[in-house]
Amino acid sequence: MDAAETFYRGYGWFFWEGLKITILVAVCAGAVAVPMGLLGAWGKLSRSPLARTVANAYTVVVRGVPELVLIILVYYGLTILMQMFASWLAGSEILIDIDPFLTGVIALGSIYGAFATEVFRGAYLAVPTGQIEAAKATGMNRSLIVRRVLLPQMWRFALPGLGNVWLVLIKATALMSVIQLDELMRKTDIAARAVREPFKFYLTAALIYLGITFVSMLAQQRAEGWANRGVRRS
Amino acid sequence: MTPDFGAITNHLDRYLDGVLMTMELTAISVAAGLALAVPLALMRVSRKPAVWMPVYGYVYFFRGTPLLVQIFLIYYGSGQFRSWFESAGLWTLFREPYFCALLSLTLNTAAYTTEILRGSIQAVPFGEIEAARALGMSRWLLIRRIVLPKAFRFALPAYTNEVVFLFQATSLVSIITLMDLFGVARVLISRTFASFEILIFVGVIYCAISYAMLYGFRWIEHRWSGHLRAMPGIAAKGVVAAPVAQPIVR
Repeated sequence: MDAAETFYRGYGWFFWEGLKITILVAVCAGAVAVPMGLLGAWGKLSRSPLARTVANAYTVVVRGVPELVLIILVYYGLTILMQMFASWLAGSEILIDIDPFLTGVIALGSIYGAFATEVFRGAYLAVPTGQIEAAKATGMNRSLIVRRVLLPQMWRFALPGLGNVWLVLIKATALMSVIQLDELMRKTDIAARAVREPFKFYLTAALIYLGITFVSMLAQQRAEGWANRGVRRS
Repeated sequence: MTPDFGAITNHLDRYLDGVLMTMELTAISVAAGLALAVPLALMRVSRKPAVWMPVYGYVYFFRGTPLLVQIFLIYYGSGQFRSWFESAGLWTLFREPYFCALLSLTLNTAAYTTEILRGSIQAVPFGEIEAARALGMSRWLLIRRIVLPKAFRFALPAYTNEVVFLFQATSLVSIITLMDLFGVARVLISRTFASFEILIFVGVIYCAISYAMLYGFRWIEHRWSGHLRAMPGIAAKGVVAAPVAQPIVR
């Protein structure tokens, strides 16, 4: 530990501090993205034209606009909305600083919710319709069908896609440094500027991201093994 | 609050410059990335560990780390070895954000493209390779006439996504002060404070170009697969799987 601190000139703990925020923001954004994805998939598969239009517009916009632009848009958008709301409440002009963490979670969550939408939609379509018909024939109501037939199998089909979305999400957290969130990239940036050894610090950050990717892929394999435990393999 | 359309209409020429810069960065790095990826993908499918392992490491690194880290590693990181770059006569290149942005975008897209091409090279039916061998084709002729044409066609749907995402990813170069479309937007926001109007305008431009590219590629795909589609009036025998939308965001 001391050797590492000498190597990084006392800035080694910056990586740890940043890593914690990176993982926290990614996990929270993931927790936002999954329900948004389920909601989006429901909208895309719904019979209501309004729900379909809204869900399609959501995925089309998110896939067409760079996430950096969306992040900044959410950042400014939230700030202005909150400002207007607070000023309206107080009856006078109020300046508030919006928390970059909250912005990051909302922005990343809604961006990757659109990708999760496609994943869940595919997973729903992968469940054989015969099973849903059989469930109806045995007299299950809709919520019971969703709970007992659809969701348990959708997880299995969705896991590879969700794993992919998670890996992309982890990398996208680096963009949060642009809105001053103290995650791994920004902490590295600060340390690299202070010590004036940018290559060493950025390379270390890159290796940490690789480590997260590696661990995530292992976890994904375990999860897929668990989700497929009841499936016969050829 | 009334929208400030002046922030858009008074600076149309600057936005146009930004779009041109973005397109230029995309075009050069896509071309250079593809030129790099073809030999790398062929190396990647080699059976010799000394050949495929370095390529595997390169692809793993560039696909496993954020593009922003790669840009910083090249642009700011090169500063740590300034004297070395100076003695090699390369410093004039590496001190330029434009060059560093191009280099990191190229290396990044080359890694993703290598992985796409690897998959499609391995998907070429072995019978076709056997048939080409039986005809006495040499290794290079076989690669040129059988493997690569087939692999390119297989790779096209995934490659389309890759190009569109690279186009969007070029917005990151604004962080190292380049004046691409998003760079222009950031400067104009700090000057006019019309953040909403500018961001939405720029978002619409990105969206329009993204989908124009997507449909352009779909058209090429359609043209290249004429012999695979059923003739009009005849029911299709096999259904070609639609390309699955996958996020390849950096």
